[in-house]
Amino acid sequence: MSVLSVIYALIFYAATLIMVAGLAVKIWQYARTPAPLKIPTTPAPTTAAGVGARMFREVVFFESLFKGSKWSWLFGWLFHFGLLVVLVRHLRYFTEPLWWISALVQDIGVYMGFAMLLGLAGLLVRRSVVDRLRYISAPSDYLMLGLLIAIGGSGLLMKYVTRTDIVAVKAFFLGLMRFDWQPLPTDAMLLIHLTLVAALMIIFPFSKLLHAPGLFFSPTRNQADDPREHRHVAPWAAKLDATRAPGN
Amino acid sequence: MAKEQFETPKFRDIPIVPAIDPGAMAHSKPFIAKPEHQEPLGFPGELVENWKEKAIDKMGELLGKYRSLQVFLDACVKCGACTDKCHYYIGTADPKNMPVARQDLLRKVYRRYFTLPGKYFPKLVGAVDLTEEVLEDWYRYYHQCSECRRCSVYCPYGIDTAEITMAGREILDHVGIGQKYSNEIIAKVHKIGNNLGLPEPALADTLEGLEEEVKEDTDVDVKYPLDQEGAEVLLVTPSADFFAEPHVDGLIGYGKVFHQAGISWTLSSYASEAANFGIFIGNYENMQKVAMRIRQAALDLGVKRIVVGECGHAWRVAYSFWNTLIGPFDFLDPNYPVPQHICEFTYDLLQKGALRLDKEANDDKVVTFHDSCNVSRASRMGPMPGGQFIIPREVIKAACNRYVDMAPETIHENTFCCGGGGGLLTDDLMELRVKGALPRMEALKQVIDEDGVTHMAAICAICKSQFTKVLPYYGMGMDMIVSLHQLVGEAVVLGAEH
Repeated sequence: MSVLSVIYALIFYAATLIMVAGLAVKIWQYARTPAPLKIPTTPAPTTAAGVGARMFREVVFFESLFKGSKWSWLFGWLFHFGLLVVLVRHLRYFTEPLWWISALVQDIGVYMGFAMLLGLAGLLVRRSVVDRLRYISAPSDYLMLGLLIAIGGSGLLMKYVTRTDIVAVKAFFLGLMRFDWQPLPTDAMLLIHLTLVAALMIIFPFSKLLHAPGLFFSPTRNQADDPREHRHVAPWAAKLDATRAPGN
Repeated sequence: MAKEQFETPKFRDIPIVPAIDPGAMAHSKPFIAKPEHQEPLGFPGELVENWKEKAIDKMGELLGKYRSLQVFLDACVKCGACTDKCHYYIGTADPKNMPVARQDLLRKVYRRYFTLPGKYFPKLVGAVDLTEEVLEDWYRYYHQCSECRRCSVYCPYGIDTAEITMAGREILDHVGIGQKYSNEIIAKVHKIGNNLGLPEPALADTLEGLEEEVKEDTDVDVKYPLDQEGAEVLLVTPSADFFAEPHVDGLIGYGKVFHQAGISWTLSSYASEAANFGIFIGNYENMQKVAMRIRQAALDLGVKRIVVGECGHAWRVAYSFWNTLIGPFDFLDPNYPVPQHICEFTYDLLQKGALRLDKEANDDKVVTFHDSCNVSRASRMGPMPGGQFIIPREVIKAACNRYVDMAPETIHENTFCCGGGGGLLTDDLMELRVKGALPRMEALKQVIDEDGVTHMAAICAICKSQFTKVLPYYGMGMDMIVSLHQLVGEAVVLGAEH
């Protein structure tokens, strides 16, 4: 066991802990903060099932973004869908025996890696070229795209240029999961790739990546349009009811 | 007021998104509320000494009370989908009028004081300290948003800038710098019961005058009752309907509909206002207090139903918030929705055949319809999603032979604000109002040129007042704008069987 292996083992334990705990804190915060008024953006579904369908369309197809900006939608969807398939493909480093869904996407997953990079490149160009987007972008907005591009790029480089011992990589991650540490190969590209991924995991709960859990808690999207049928009162607002003007 | 020092925007040949022009509207800000406008609402009279601390505290409090604010400040990825959607950005090109940039005015401060990266790496994530300059920007640009929610339609996370603007104004009010126009009006409602400050005798006098006018025109005794106990319906309508043009023609129309349907109704001098500017300043307590007058009036008068007149934000408050603020309505007739929009009311009568309209009465007009933002994107009519688009159009078509829609990207949930909503309908913001009206004016011009449209109907008191004022800036006649129930009123066949 090299020192390097120990360091990376600790980095990934820490990154996982920060990501999971950080997200849990944010999700808990969103869940316990009340939405005192009914504010769905209408026309909105009138039933819970309808809200489920609306949320599904938002999460899977980016419905509102499609209405808003065709370029952002195209690049954004390419990136997210590519990332999803790539992540599923990466399950092969964490599952033994290999899950069927991960086996299914092993071939297509590589192409999705390119789709993901294409989407990210498109988003970066759009952010750098359109004056309105330049105006609203902070350094962190470019860095986030850069980080994702570097992760995707280093991954593809390992696939096609500087290959690493992926059997050993799998043993390393299975070892982490089973608390039975195994050595990690020391190829530079692998270490770059893993460092960047750990960095992404760490910043997840502190950055705009919170759009992922946030969407599910967005009152304009997750509320049913039924205010006349169902009285909706938040706990802090209910206290005001007791003191409101006469005629209760 | 001196002649305005600004140019009316030119119509764009092809509606291209303007290039950003930083600071283009940095000079625009409404009059600041005086202590006598602030204090009746429970706000400090002038800028408090420890304003910075109080503002941050208030922000923290609001973050804990409103999930919308917490999620919206975290979730934005700066994708830019909203950047070309705001009528004020389109009309002014000031980048701080892009919805995301307007949100960022608050988000930058949120990041600085409430997030780890903002505390330790402010430059990296665009976080800033709350300074006097930032506070001034809040005052300027949170009064260049009409809370119309158009941006929220296109946001992949449903971020609604109206929620951010409301939070911004709520913070400003709590450090003592409120907006005169909105706060003065709310104080008037608390004291007298309507935005215009009309006391009971003035209302009674006006309604009597209307009865005489309708009698003269039609030879029929149409009543406009006030404070009539035991009436079936309480009608709550914006107070502009009592005086302003073309609003009052809508009120005349409501009366004819009630008369012909044979349903007893009444207005209330205690709750003589449907508008509720409490929503504009994002203050729950004031919004509830304003709305409570209506519950009280309904109980006092012993009515069975509440119908709301033509007003956009009033309908949002009534439809979406009343049940929460002043419900439950278990003392009203459960066979009817509470509240009911006057368009729903008229539409139901038409469906039942209880109302006969003579379309030829409006044959001198080619009519189009302006979807009001709060009706379109924050409420509904009828049982079906989207009924708020169908029902008003069906009522217009029942009253007119010639109806044309404006371009699809400017109607229904894509509708453009009139430019005067959200508490901005004040002369001290005239430049903003004219410029913000540009996209709607362009769409209207198109149907005038292509389809010979002569009139635009609206169901919002603010839209009607705003258009009356800005149409002439764009070379169109102020009398083009009509109340929807004005069209109905012209077409109602009075005196026929019930």
